[in-house]
Amino acid sequence: MRTVKKVMQYAILVLLALVFMMPFLWMISTSLKGGADDLFTYPPQIIPKSFHWENYRKVLSMYPWGVFLKNTSLITFISMFATLLSSAMVAFSFARLRFPGRDKIFFLVLSTMMVPYYTTLIPQYILFSKLGWVNTLKPLIVPNFFGAAFYIFLLRQHFMGIPPELDDSAKIDGASTMRIFGSIYLPLAKPALITIGILQFMSAWSDFIGPLIYLHSEKNYTLTLALNTFRGIHYTDWHYLMAGTMMVALPSLIFFFVGQNYIIGGITVSGIK
Amino acid sequence: MGSVSRLTPRKREALEGYLFISPWIIGFLVFTAGPILATLFISFTKWQVFGPPEWIGLANYARMIHDPLFYQSLKVTGFFTLLSLPLGLAMGLALALLLFQDVKGLSIFRTVFYTPSVVPEVATATLWIWIYNPEFGIFNYVLSKFGISGPEWLYSTEWILPALAIMGIWGAGSTMVIYLAGLQNIPRVYWEAATVDGASGWQKFWSITMPLLSPTTFFLFVTGLIGSLQTFTAGYIMGGGGGPLNASLFYTLYMYQQGWKWFNMGYASALSWTLSLIIFALTMLVIRASRARVNYDLI
Repeated sequence: MRTVKKVMQYAILVLLALVFMMPFLWMISTSLKGGADDLFTYPPQIIPKSFHWENYRKVLSMYPWGVFLKNTSLITFISMFATLLSSAMVAFSFARLRFPGRDKIFFLVLSTMMVPYYTTLIPQYILFSKLGWVNTLKPLIVPNFFGAAFYIFLLRQHFMGIPPELDDSAKIDGASTMRIFGSIYLPLAKPALITIGILQFMSAWSDFIGPLIYLHSEKNYTLTLALNTFRGIHYTDWHYLMAGTMMVALPSLIFFFVGQNYIIGGITVSGIK
Repeated sequence: MGSVSRLTPRKREALEGYLFISPWIIGFLVFTAGPILATLFISFTKWQVFGPPEWIGLANYARMIHDPLFYQSLKVTGFFTLLSLPLGLAMGLALALLLFQDVKGLSIFRTVFYTPSVVPEVATATLWIWIYNPEFGIFNYVLSKFGISGPEWLYSTEWILPALAIMGIWGAGSTMVIYLAGLQNIPRVYWEAATVDGASGWQKFWSITMPLLSPTTFFLFVTGLIGSLQTFTAGYIMGGGGGPLNASLFYTLYMYQQGWKWFNMGYASALSWTLSLIIFALTMLVIRASRARVNYDLI
């Protein structure tokens, strides 16, 4: 009875794993196909008749992907750095410094997590358009310098777990608050900082609505925006489209595989996607 | 130099405290609090961005009441949420339960199920347009193996929302990971004691697992609800801008069209303010309704 159950359980798991992998297989296989004769066949061929690796090279030459990669990387890495530093500073203050109204303000930080993204979108757009920042990368970068509520929450939790005796002894040695933050708290929060860094990478790299609203000329496009336009141009060339999709998804996949313990650990601790 | 160091240590600490949180305070005023009030103000105006806003009172809200597309977008968003939220939660829970039973290779399965959630939404959408291709896509081919002749999916007003909900299941890995964490928090003795008392697997699931997981379910339900009501990318990309015949005209997509296609910032603001109220009201309703049903014994 027990073994029957176990076998059933593994059978279901393996079947589900295959189902979950199927879209990836379909994407990779399509990206290597030859063209219309290969694509539009029935039944669909999971294994291509011949492998056209040159599709990837062709796709790269069809559209200035290098420029889009540069824009996306610029936004992603600056926003990662900015949000890590600002969120950590704010979180440190909430966790360790005493000042009037601290807990009320922290409650305010938490409640901003409930504000829907679309509530603030229009005035932000108008603000950035008055500043002349529309069609630049600035609206996608600058707001990250002001801390993000969710990251502040996570880091505060983490900082509160650090024994306060550590900063007492540093204070006796005459270290400034900035110094205590920089040389005790930041290094000890490394796992949390890495988790947040990866989360921020994923969200900035995948962002679509932000670039869609703010970036108008092609030279400023991000990868996600470019993929959408590329689909409009080559809408039946599925081998090229899948190769392009693969290239846009690959950095996220690599980041995930390399840092998955941090991501899954971080999600498990925080309980947030 | 001197003035700061001459402060009492307490005052000095408070000053530094405010200094350290000042980035958030500034960001809050400029990017959150200010815009929330500004949206309300703009919703009472006619504003094309270029040029000054013109005060028109409640006209935008009156227009909304007579706008069939407003109702259509509410219907699309509501129906999609009713469909995709329970489906996603059920799939996430099912995967978590399967993996929770001492599985060898747990981390491999977990990775496999989680991977789709890290693919950028635009890439997922592009891939699934091809998967759902009625003639040459893999989805209808697999269905045909079971003797089912699949519908036109994204080209059908009836099937596009179910198609998007099914695609959502592919991303259930993130729900799974959170459920798995919830399961790991439940002490095993509860199940063991029930087994000794002769409870069946089904009884254990309904009387132990589900009640003790209810805080996790509640959290996932609320965040899922707020997220689902703001669905945009799927309708924008896979419906080709809300099609066919507005069958995937999600609320935020309609707001985007009003704001950025036709530059009716006033009307778009009225739509946005209304959505915020709907989300707020629904969230409060869920929190209220859940009070008696969520079990916090473990917290």
